[in-house]
Amino acid sequence: MEVKRIESNGFEELWVNMGPQHPASHGVFRMQIKVDGEVIKEVIPHIGYLHRGVEKLGEFLTPVQFLPVLDRNDYLSSVSNEFPFALAIEKLANISVPERAEYLRVIAAELMRISSHLVFFGTFCLDMGGALGGGSTIFLYAFREREKILDILEKWTGSRMHLNLITFGGVRYDIYPGFDKDLKDFLKDFENKIKEYEDMIENNPVFLARTKKVGILPKEIAMEHGCSGPVLRGSGIKFDLRKAKPYSVYNKFEFEIPSFPDGDVYSRYKVRLMEMKESIKILRQAIDGIPSGPINSLMPLKVKTHIKLKEGEVYEAVESPRGENGVYIVSDGKFGLYRVKLRTPTFYNLSVIPYLLKGALIADVVAILGSLDPVFGDVDR
Amino acid sequence: MNALINSLIYGIIILLIVFTIVAYLTWIERKFAGRMQSRIGPYYVGKPHGWLQPIADVLKLILKEEITPKNVDKLIYNLAPFAVLTPSLLLFAVLPFSEKIIISNSSVGILIFLAISSIIIIGGFMAGWASNSKYPLISAIRGGAQIVSYEIPLLFSIIVPCLLAGSLNPLEIVKKQKIWFILYPFVGQISFLIFLISGLAEENRTPFDIPEAESELVAGYTVEYSSMKFAMFYAGEYAHLLALSGLGTILFLGGWKGPFLPGPIWFIIKSIILFLILLWIRWSYLRIRIDQLLKFSWKFLFPVSVLNLLLTGLIVILR
Repeated sequence: MEVKRIESNGFEELWVNMGPQHPASHGVFRMQIKVDGEVIKEVIPHIGYLHRGVEKLGEFLTPVQFLPVLDRNDYLSSVSNEFPFALAIEKLANISVPERAEYLRVIAAELMRISSHLVFFGTFCLDMGGALGGGSTIFLYAFREREKILDILEKWTGSRMHLNLITFGGVRYDIYPGFDKDLKDFLKDFENKIKEYEDMIENNPVFLARTKKVGILPKEIAMEHGCSGPVLRGSGIKFDLRKAKPYSVYNKFEFEIPSFPDGDVYSRYKVRLMEMKESIKILRQAIDGIPSGPINSLMPLKVKTHIKLKEGEVYEAVESPRGENGVYIVSDGKFGLYRVKLRTPTFYNLSVIPYLLKGALIADVVAILGSLDPVFGDVDR
Repeated sequence: MNALINSLIYGIIILLIVFTIVAYLTWIERKFAGRMQSRIGPYYVGKPHGWLQPIADVLKLILKEEITPKNVDKLIYNLAPFAVLTPSLLLFAVLPFSEKIIISNSSVGILIFLAISSIIIIGGFMAGWASNSKYPLISAIRGGAQIVSYEIPLLFSIIVPCLLAGSLNPLEIVKKQKIWFILYPFVGQISFLIFLISGLAEENRTPFDIPEAESELVAGYTVEYSSMKFAMFYAGEYAHLLALSGLGTILFLGGWKGPFLPGPIWFIIKSIILFLILLWIRWSYLRIRIDQLLKFSWKFLFPVSVLNLLLTGLIVILR
């Protein structure tokens, strides 16, 4: 009888499944991880559990019908999904947008950016601290502030997350009287709250030990994989579409693009925290400078179900909280669109997972995955 | 014979008290955590402030269906919850609630406490191995590594008050405390801090809840358990925590001593305050990583506790 030998050092490697139903997977994401003790040797990521065929839907729905579907892609920042599609259709159909509508779009997008980053902040700490520990404390603090944003948005548009606000030629709903007071009160309060988060987290030795020099993503790798947004800026590349290729009215505002050169989990966290501060700046300038006028150039024709499109193709992208959110559409001049391709940022950001996790420890998985801030509606589409 | 009946009666009384306190510790913890996280906590079951919540929880756990997975090692799987709960309750045998109320007055009480306290992890090991699942297995391995490295600083921090009192008998230690040992210059405070930290680690509480680590290993070695078996793990954990708080009270906070109120009440109050300090740490820290934990233990806590012990020895000799 042949004796079965174990490997020379007497240890065996173990395949561990993380997901699709796992507390730290931020949705439905499955990683097969080969571990040697605590050290990760190999990672096989599996996506597609949330695939809904959104791109195909875009081909047989009219553009107006397709807009609310897009909201469900990156469900934490719905406005930044509608935004590039509206830009693309407007370009193809030659629709102008009144300035007031542009301002309202920017306000909604920046509010959504803060709320999305708050979700990142909360869940990131929740992953590292556990639901029965300090992590959940920070999680609830972050969601307390997010709730205020959602309340403002609900008062404005009637929805909390899937706003369906942007439409072709402008926005659907005008702000209510007293909106600027609500917003300014919130911003004033939120500025102090950000300081509170920083005090709570950034002097905490446990947090620093868990995030600094963990999951280092070098510039070159980040660019090779097509990363964008905070993941790219965390690796030291100052690239933000709001500055690099200003769309809408972003060139009217003064703000910085935060970026940190280390490329570790901490700098990705820090980029997002600084971005919230920059968003506050933009919101202040926007609410002060908002002009009066119509909010939609296609009004008063309220229900515009059929938009006449030219033949041709267009790519438009905006800076969503997760990176470059692009839409590529091809039209053959007939009813509906010939082809819709969505360039969603998280899909590319997530592709660095096998690189980042190799050689890390099991505990780092949650920190690294959390720092990429994936939304699986956005990955799988 | 008389002494046997005595300790039997005390045993039953103390067990009942401990079970009640353990049930209500969960309520206290949830209320406390709620306060820290700007929410209310349990509210609706029993007015005011959901005071019936623990009873509802226990009822729910009893009535739940007991699930035994198919490929588990049945004997060890069923034995593991008992291996956690029984030693946790045994710990109270050597803790004096007052000068008279003690189940077993042994001259090496502290040593017995430590011995029992370190076999609790064996229950975790059994659960991790018998579950025949990967998360519990990794969790059990982590738990073992953690206990081994934190037992030593804990031991050294406990020896300090014993040295100062010159005894291993809990009753003697409390009687010798003219001032509480936590107020003893330098050595008292240092060893109290080490006791708190390694106590947290021994308890698998949040900065050190690495074996549990629900965001990595789902729930550690209790993943495959349900119903009352899970509740036994839970109760064992809380009983162990309460016992450790009780030990801290005896060693550092003057045990049952205090004005106005009777001894046992003081003992329970002090223990719960110590428990709340542990909670405070738990609900405000993130989880540390296993290699950082081991490094912290062996490279910092261990040398400091040894030096502290040497210093205490010097003080005792020169006194």
